Amino acid sequence: MAEVALHQVVKKFGDVEAVRSIDLDIPDNEFVVLVGPSGCGKSTTLRMIAGLEEVTSGNISIGGEVVNDLPPKDRDIAMVFQNYALYPHMTAFENMSFGLKLRKFSKAEIRQRVEHAARILDITELLDRRPKALSGGQRQRVAMGRAIVRNPKVFLFDEPLSNLDAKLRVQMRTEIKRVHQKVKTTTVYVTHDQVEAMTLADRVVVMNNGRIEQIGTPHELYHNPRTRFVAGFIGSPAMNFIPCQLEQNGSGLRVRISDSIAFPVPAARDERYRPVAGKELTLGLRPEHITEPRHNGRGDGCDFTATLDVVEPMGMETMVYFTVNSTGICGRVEPKSAGDAGAAMRLHANIDHMHLIDPTTGAVI
Amino acid sequence: MTTTTMTIPASRTARRSASLRRDRRWALITSYVFLVIFAIFFLVPPYYMVVTALKSDAEVAHMATNPWIIANGVTLDQFKILLTQTDFLTYFKNTAIVTTCVVAITMVVSVLAAFSLGRMRFWGSSILATGIFLTYLVPDTLLFIPLFQIVKAVGLLNSYWGMVLVYPTLTVPFCTWIMIGYFQSIPKELDEAALIDGAGHMQMLLKIFIPVALPGIIAATIFAFTVSWAAFVYPMAFLYSSDQQVLTVGTVTSLIRADVYKWGMLMAGALVAAAPPLVIYAFLMDYYIAGLTAGATKG
Repeated sequence: MAEVALHQVVKKFGDVEAVRSIDLDIPDNEFVVLVGPSGCGKSTTLRMIAGLEEVTSGNISIGGEVVNDLPPKDRDIAMVFQNYALYPHMTAFENMSFGLKLRKFSKAEIRQRVEHAARILDITELLDRRPKALSGGQRQRVAMGRAIVRNPKVFLFDEPLSNLDAKLRVQMRTEIKRVHQKVKTTTVYVTHDQVEAMTLADRVVVMNNGRIEQIGTPHELYHNPRTRFVAGFIGSPAMNFIPCQLEQNGSGLRVRISDSIAFPVPAARDERYRPVAGKELTLGLRPEHITEPRHNGRGDGCDFTATLDVVEPMGMETMVYFTVNSTGICGRVEPKSAGDAGAAMRLHANIDHMHLIDPTTGAVI
Repeated sequence: MTTTTMTIPASRTARRSASLRRDRRWALITSYVFLVIFAIFFLVPPYYMVVTALKSDAEVAHMATNPWIIANGVTLDQFKILLTQTDFLTYFKNTAIVTTCVVAITMVVSVLAAFSLGRMRFWGSSILATGIFLTYLVPDTLLFIPLFQIVKAVGLLNSYWGMVLVYPTLTVPFCTWIMIGYFQSIPKELDEAALIDGAGHMQMLLKIFIPVALPGIIAATIFAFTVSWAAFVYPMAFLYSSDQQVLTVGTVTSLIRADVYKWGMLMAGALVAAAPPLVIYAFLMDYYIAGLTAGATKG
């Protein structure tokens, strides 16, 4: 077990800069998830930690030792791949013990470690099977077993659940969390699925365009995003971004999103927003903060009427879509209070959870 | 209205499926006709070999008998004389030694070459890979002239060890090419997993790549075996004494004297010579086909 540190790490493929000077400190035992859209540099970062890609500049250290020039086998890491990468001609037992055999462990030690890992992952009865005879989920467990038996300093996961169907993905997600709670090894996990990131991580690193946009706990990223990108990437359905103007409203402020709809800014944010008063900004509001009027929040001035374009019943809740000044907005309402498509519905904006974003820089104010 | 619109497409569908069935039937009939023609075309020579090899010299020489059937009873005399009174067994032994060595050399060289060219990206690797394939395109009927100088220079003229040196020029390029394709079809994550597990490049090749690529390796082995067993131009050019000769040239030169053809023994010799490749094909056919088609299906 060890901490992992990246300092000003850059990776270039020819003229293309895939990773642009990132700094990241991962303490011992922490579960960190790198998340971002395709091509954001998250997998490249993971592969540099693994030693599968060379670092163009900067330093990567594991357990305090700079590992830039160490081959993967000497970094004491274990990796789980998206397509499992199990050796097809070996049984599950042989797959899991391959690394230990190469490191010249005794037969007794190998058997004991493999059986221990198999018990953790509940695959004891599958040890004699070849990968071809295993289902996707079972293969992924064997791949995790291969990582666990090594008892490495760091676990690396490269989109390990992407090849599984939706139901199995949820199940394996819980499994990975359970395994981490048992073995408590520093873990770096790469995914493009923000739900996976939120549910698994102690801390989430959101990457975009080869840069780190924000590092924080899932709670911090969800409630206090620093940029429009993070605000839009974390959370499903995504946050609504509505062009607005910040106006003076007596002694306070208000955000106007159309001629007829304006919301009073909470007094606590007055000081923060006053310097940008009068500017064209973007209002960020999550769908769950646009509901039917519930009379438990700030009622006055935050209710408005909208004509619904689309209504999507989800069972537990209903998503309602409407348009304000040609901007599509999504709200989340109680199923029984949802109106029909084409009908007008009274809605409430829980403005306490609003974000104001500078449209030129993309920074949350 | 509804009924009308329902009926017309239904009848059209029925007509289309009937026409599809008819098309398929004609395609099958045509295929069978051509396959039968081809089968007959290729099976006639072996049949003729068997029939002639099992006849006595007298019957072969008797012009009045039908050459396609055995009229005067089956005899194994041709085989007995071939194996006891000619150098056929020496040729067989020489061919077996040459082929075993050539197959071994070819597989070691081409597996190592294919692994490095197919999996270890280095400067010029793709140009080298194409270059290797281009050498295969130069026919042996041209190559034997410069190779004669080389074989002579290393003192292996009229020695079957010279064949061990020159046959790989025919086998290595093609086998390397087959193996490059096969190794490239193995997912990249497999070598990365092995690297992380602690394997070096040689361990990765021996413990992961060779077992996984076994069908491809068997296909390449069969190819090398067949080429080496059946080579004709090089032994014709480089070997001239009987004790060094191989099957292909030896059988022909010792059993055809001037204009005297010992047809019965020639056919018996050809049959015995064809037996080893036949046995190997029969046992490894499935692997051979799997090996040759691997690239096509794995994408």
